[in-house]
Amino acid sequence: MELLSGAEMLIRALQDQGVKKIYGYPGGSVLHIYDALFQQQEIQHILVRHEQAATHMADAFARATGKAGVALVTSGPGATNAITGIATAYTDSIPMVVITGQVPSHLIGEDAFQETDMIGISRPVVKHSYSVKHPSEIPGIVKKAFHIAESGRPGPVVIDIPKDMTNPTDKFEYSFPKTVKMRSYNPVAKGHSGQIKKAFDLLIAAKRPIIYAGGGVIIGRACEELIEIAKTLNYPVTNTLMGLGGYPGTDRQSVGMLGMHGSYEANMTMHHSDLIFAVGVRFDDRVTNGLDKFCPTAKIIHIDIDPTSISKTVRADVPIVGPAKIVLQDFLKLIKSSKKQPDTQAIKSWWHQIDEWRARHGGRFLTDDSKLMKPQQVIQMLSKVTNGDAFVCSDVGQHQMFAAQYYKFNKPNRWINSGGLGTMGFGFPAAMGVKLNFPDADVACVTGEGSIQMNIQELSTCSQYNIPVKIICLNNGSLGMVRQWQDMNYESRHSHSYMESLPDFVKLAEAYGHVGMKVESFADLEGAMTDAFAMKDKLVFMDIIVDPFEHVYPMQIPRGSMRDMLLSKTERT
Amino acid sequence: MRHILSVLLENEPGALSRVVGLFSQRNFNIESLTVAATDDITLSRITITTTGTDKLVEQVTKQLNKLVDVVKVVDLTEGDHIERELMLIKYKATGAQREEIKRTADIFRGQIIDITPSTYTVQLVGSSRKLDAFIEAMDTANLIEVVRTGVSGIARGDKTLSV
Repeated sequence: MELLSGAEMLIRALQDQGVKKIYGYPGGSVLHIYDALFQQQEIQHILVRHEQAATHMADAFARATGKAGVALVTSGPGATNAITGIATAYTDSIPMVVITGQVPSHLIGEDAFQETDMIGISRPVVKHSYSVKHPSEIPGIVKKAFHIAESGRPGPVVIDIPKDMTNPTDKFEYSFPKTVKMRSYNPVAKGHSGQIKKAFDLLIAAKRPIIYAGGGVIIGRACEELIEIAKTLNYPVTNTLMGLGGYPGTDRQSVGMLGMHGSYEANMTMHHSDLIFAVGVRFDDRVTNGLDKFCPTAKIIHIDIDPTSISKTVRADVPIVGPAKIVLQDFLKLIKSSKKQPDTQAIKSWWHQIDEWRARHGGRFLTDDSKLMKPQQVIQMLSKVTNGDAFVCSDVGQHQMFAAQYYKFNKPNRWINSGGLGTMGFGFPAAMGVKLNFPDADVACVTGEGSIQMNIQELSTCSQYNIPVKIICLNNGSLGMVRQWQDMNYESRHSHSYMESLPDFVKLAEAYGHVGMKVESFADLEGAMTDAFAMKDKLVFMDIIVDPFEHVYPMQIPRGSMRDMLLSKTERT
Repeated sequence: MRHILSVLLENEPGALSRVVGLFSQRNFNIESLTVAATDDITLSRITITTTGTDKLVEQVTKQLNKLVDVVKVVDLTEGDHIERELMLIKYKATGAQREEIKRTADIFRGQIIDITPSTYTVQLVGSSRKLDAFIEAMDTANLIEVVRTGVSGIARGDKTLSV
């Protein structure tokens, strides 16, 4: 048996867990840990410029790979700066392990320098948290933290470590547990077969079905099964914001994203359906619109690993608790073995109706009434230049919705955005986290001049570690989504939604040693973007000036049904 | 509807705060809460009384189950059960009031556990409704202080809540 200090145990346990990169920022309470980190090569540490960025990088790594990302921050302000990133991951069910320093045990509760009750502050936004009481607990806690973060409905886990637990002179026997056994935590491994049979009968008998697939399909690695079910039955598929890429966006059976800014055909198909096959979704308020008017003729099958998601907002007719992959495999078995067949005649006429909707409002925007570049055009160009194959890491606002609508994702784990919490400042560090782990892939950060400034200090981190992401900044000189709501609901009183004194982003990028480009006309866009992506080793900041008056459409009318939408500034359903 | 939830959870620091935090965070209401270790010191048992629609209580139960520290949750009100609460209640007691308090306490099978020349303190055990009834039966003008433990509950017969 080897004797190790708490700090050494922590680093060794992370190694034994297979962690290759961690993102963090040192400080007083974690100095022992940073010293242990210094004396090894296996784990690379990325020094960010603000702890929030460290958590978003770890989060994006998890979104792209399915494995828990790791962030390391100090106590007090280090820990509180990490909270936004932890909450972001929590809302989107992203596995993450956040290690926070704490003041030494004997000072806890004395309002010591850089002391904050991290377990308390983080409680509502973590899946679970641990406070280390003895150094020898560290390997077991690390093992459990990863297990909890990655299994069931994933989420962030905080490990709070008082400084004396990592004291280099206090050494204990190290052993990393091979398995985890917890009597109080046993995620469901399989769906209820009776419920699945019942659901199958409904599914196969449907005349106007829709498959409504969310982030759970991606996190649960159930995309193949979902595609096979959809293809076998020839049913339409809509994806949530979090589920984009879970079903190929360019496939004929995809009706696109649903919800507040969903496609016309997706929302119409949902509203008129007689059966909703919901997988890995949570009937979020940005999807359902007015609950009392939600899909009045539909029966609902709801599959989710988390029972609290089922019948929380919309009552499920057939609830199925279980991992999406295993449950969908059970459905596939039934589909293949059963004598029952879908009603092809009914499905044919259902498709006829859907295609009619699609033809009426198939992702169009006006380009002729102004000389200004439309943000949608920029996203379409991005899709073209990167062959629809890039990792697109988005910030929050209009550009996020345009990216979701106009970039056609054919693969899962490529669309990386803060869907639930809507964290501005997420996109850039997220792109960095992805690029570091997928150095050969095209990684774009789609952002706006508002969002990018919430974590712009990370341009410095990118210089230090040479992280050549491409920043696609849709610059409309205003907080576009806020402005849109002010146009719609506040008679265009643009209260604090404009951005004065914007920096010269080109010079700013150059100041950090990167490449800056300013693009003001559509004619220059393709060439500039192609050049940017051709510079494999350079971070390129593309400051793209777009129409400030553009709104995101369709937009559901508040408290209406799924089908009540504004289609442009002058049209509605 | 009033529900009595019994929760078995790991007797770990912070576990109780997760349960309590869940209620405030999700806008659920707690009417009473009792907690103590069980015969197995690694486990605590919490009894929570809450009111809400069936849908809400279903959500509360699911959310409690989701907490990593929680081992089991049972809604006692779904079956036959016994509930008990203990109350200590102090009255101004002089002259004729002293006899009146004694008489009423006897009827409710309460005990007078502290006496001074001017006060009586009554201990009463029973369902929450019985304790409410006692308070209503007495003259509130003389009431000085009430302290109630909150409800403890257990299922009747063979049904148990254990690991």
